[in-house]
Amino acid sequence: MALAGYVLAILLGAGGAAVGGAGMLGHVWHVSWPWLVPLGGLALEMDRLGGLFVALVGATSVPVSIYAVGYAGRERRGVLAYLVFVAAMLLVPVAANTMTFAIAWELMSLASYLMVVQHRTRESAHAGWVYAVMTHAALACWLAGMLLVGAWTGSARFADWAAPMSALDAGARSLAWALLAAGFLVKAGAVPAHVWLPLAHPAAPSHVSALMSGVMLKLGVYGVVRASFTWLGPAPVWWGATLLLLGAVAAVSGVLYALADRDLKRLLAYSSVENVGIVLIGVGAALAFQASAAGPLALVALVAALYHVVNHAAFKSLLFMAAGGVVRATGTRDLEAMGGLVHRMPWTAAAFFLGAAAIAALPPLNGFVSEWLMFQALLQNVRLPMPALNLVFTVAIAALALTGGLAVACFVKAYGIAFLALPRTESAASAREMPGSMRLGMAVAALACVALAVGAAGVVATLAPIAETLVPDAASVSTRGGLTVDVSSGFATLSMPAVAIALVGAFLLPLLGLTLARARPSPRRYETWGCGRLLQTARMEYTATAFANPFTRVFDFVYRPVARLDIDAHPDSRFFVQRIAYDNAPRFVVDEWLYRPAGRALRALARRAAAIQSGSPNRYLAYVLAALLLLLVLT
Amino acid sequence: MALLHVIVVGAGAPLLVGSLRTLKARLTGRRGAPVWQPYLDLRKLFGKTPVVSVTTSWVFRATPYVLAATTVVAALAAPVLSSRPPLGFAGIILVMYLFLLGTFFLALAGLDAGSAFGGMGSSRAVAVAALAEPTVILAVFALSLQASTTNLGGVVERLAGDPQLALNPAHLLAFAAFFIVMLAEAGRLPVDNPATHLELTMIHEAMVLEYSGRYLALVEWTSAMKLLLFLTLLANLFFPWGVPHVRTPVAILLGTAALVGKLAVLTTALAVLETSIAKLRLFRVPELLAGSFALALLSVTAVFLLR
Repeated sequence: MALAGYVLAILLGAGGAAVGGAGMLGHVWHVSWPWLVPLGGLALEMDRLGGLFVALVGATSVPVSIYAVGYAGRERRGVLAYLVFVAAMLLVPVAANTMTFAIAWELMSLASYLMVVQHRTRESAHAGWVYAVMTHAALACWLAGMLLVGAWTGSARFADWAAPMSALDAGARSLAWALLAAGFLVKAGAVPAHVWLPLAHPAAPSHVSALMSGVMLKLGVYGVVRASFTWLGPAPVWWGATLLLLGAVAAVSGVLYALADRDLKRLLAYSSVENVGIVLIGVGAALAFQASAAGPLALVALVAALYHVVNHAAFKSLLFMAAGGVVRATGTRDLEAMGGLVHRMPWTAAAFFLGAAAIAALPPLNGFVSEWLMFQALLQNVRLPMPALNLVFTVAIAALALTGGLAVACFVKAYGIAFLALPRTESAASAREMPGSMRLGMAVAALACVALAVGAAGVVATLAPIAETLVPDAASVSTRGGLTVDVSSGFATLSMPAVAIALVGAFLLPLLGLTLARARPSPRRYETWGCGRLLQTARMEYTATAFANPFTRVFDFVYRPVARLDIDAHPDSRFFVQRIAYDNAPRFVVDEWLYRPAGRALRALARRAAAIQSGSPNRYLAYVLAALLLLLVLT
Repeated sequence: MALLHVIVVGAGAPLLVGSLRTLKARLTGRRGAPVWQPYLDLRKLFGKTPVVSVTTSWVFRATPYVLAATTVVAALAAPVLSSRPPLGFAGIILVMYLFLLGTFFLALAGLDAGSAFGGMGSSRAVAVAALAEPTVILAVFALSLQASTTNLGGVVERLAGDPQLALNPAHLLAFAAFFIVMLAEAGRLPVDNPATHLELTMIHEAMVLEYSGRYLALVEWTSAMKLLLFLTLLANLFFPWGVPHVRTPVAILLGTAALVGKLAVLTTALAVLETSIAKLRLFRVPELLAGSFALALLSVTAVFLLR
């Protein structure tokens, strides 16, 4: 039963990938069933942008569902929700009117909610609660925006919006944009609406986390892109500048929190915040360029953003799958309880390694190409004669560069502490490699990471026409000879195959040279040098917390840690210490300054409102009567 | 051409380190080892049997070769002998991320042996690399803005045609910023002291503590090459005069001579600097890097204001 469900999901994903792939290449179609539901009925419309996201959802759910076969095993709970989740995500990008979009979006949110609370622990209940609240606050935002636009344009169909909206004044359009963008950004996990993400991702089963992080967040990005580029007419510069700054904040703060975290899956969740930030930088740059009549540059930025969306789906699902295997093998998500897994789980370790290098944007893997393209787009802001905007771009460039460096540190920590050196606990020492189907799922995602890098020119050539449907302008990202990516005719060029070949060649060169010179005596195996101590144990190893310490010190204005030192001494003498506890956990500014006060205010309001809830049926009937009378008087 | 690049960078790097050490020795009143001492060290190390810890994995043994690969490819991408390097399409972003790839592997190798020293070194090394990253990108961005290309060779060619360059405030600020991060990236004083093995202060040396034999030789050699490449970038990007724009043998020869001259000046400056300042406390280093970042940001702002 469970197996059949996941096989169905694989087929669904493959079908989605095929249909979406065709749509992405220009095979557009639309269907509608006006009688099925009120308010415009169900309607689906495939265009290039929608096709890209459908293909992305489909293509990601194939390896993840293969993985799920082994991961979920005979566990039946969650199979139906998983299927609904995949199907709903396939529908969101092709929904053509408000009603269809709302149904697909809500199905996606509800199905993922059910899987977040699937484990029925205290932790997952809390995560599910926060997730539900945030999702529905978001729903209220974007639905209000859509209904407003629908009322102004007199149509619920998205395709009818652009022309009448362009005629409206800037204030109204900006109000609609703010509502829509706020709603979608919550789903995308942008700061400060990211709070659900580090709770929900670790709580869900790992194949679900892989999909939630890999593609569900991207549907939030999809909503932002649609709302900003096609629905509301020409965008003013400040929409783009806002997204740029939001993206920069999300990128830096996401990676900083990831760096300080010792829960493997929460670390990955924070790193998703970071990557969504990078995507938003690209989207914001594209909007700002387009608003400043720099269409060719907007195209570069948008291609970079879409490229990063695709890349992140590949490496983040890979990382979550590998992390899921680790969590299952060791029974913990705590990095400090892992270690040495590279010897016990070589396949998982290799998969995580590749994903870590890719997400840290290291050449010759795929993350590098999209970040490189992003830099090239941002650097060209010099062509805009607007000093204030130039400064915003410069901040974004600095943020992107800092993010790149911090991401390397973050994933050195994640891989080094979890997989290298000696196991820190019994359970880590006895970890077992994952079964075949899980390894197969990871292998597919790993291959995608490599293919998306070496085939960079092909990816750019595919994405450019999609971006051109949003920013109609001359092609400014082109490919030469099918191998080299060329940005703005010679501003910057990159040939990933050449980089890959040069790296592999230069790797083999010294190996070959040493072999030819017969200078490769086989190494002697011996213990790690330890200043004369006799035995090496895992307690000598550097921990995740210690590794992150330089960063927590440098960025303490972000983390605002509260250091607590508890020393339990023997009752008879304070010189006999029995226990030392040291805690240096970061505090979350967003929680403290935004959500706690908001929650308190809401609770106070609810307490006031509770006065009308007496519990007596007569009183409720009186309320109904009063409301009816009021309505009659008013209408 | 590619081979020539690799040979010049690979063979020149130990000489650079050797002359730097000799200069520093002379400045502190010692006689010092001969300038070719690093070659002898490398030969000795290549001949020795390496000792590898039993706790390590493939990462530890692959890292020296990956380091060599990233450094060699960075050498092929940087405008060393002419403004048309073999990987002519490359920009600073590729070069910087190649170095980050090396740092990524080296930091993992530091953790691999499971000793506290390695972890300490890795943690510090990635912290310095991460904080230096935005400065390098912004400083070179200031140059790219003036040259309107991010291609390193293109930057050299465009800037060489501008005689007033040395008086441009943006250029000077970017130079200062890049010089400071060069010290951090190449592990020189006041960020890291390559001559010490004192546990609490070392960064790079702590990370590579477990290496021996040919592995250590490769690590040392590549770190020398990294220093050479950073000094070359500093020399050729900020003082682009004398860098040939064609690949004829005579031009390359002249370009090599010009490079040697510029490197001699920079090396002397570095030696004087290193003998006259003390190492910073580890947690003061971020302040230095933040300062250099501010310089880079100012330089970019200056470009916007002065255009």
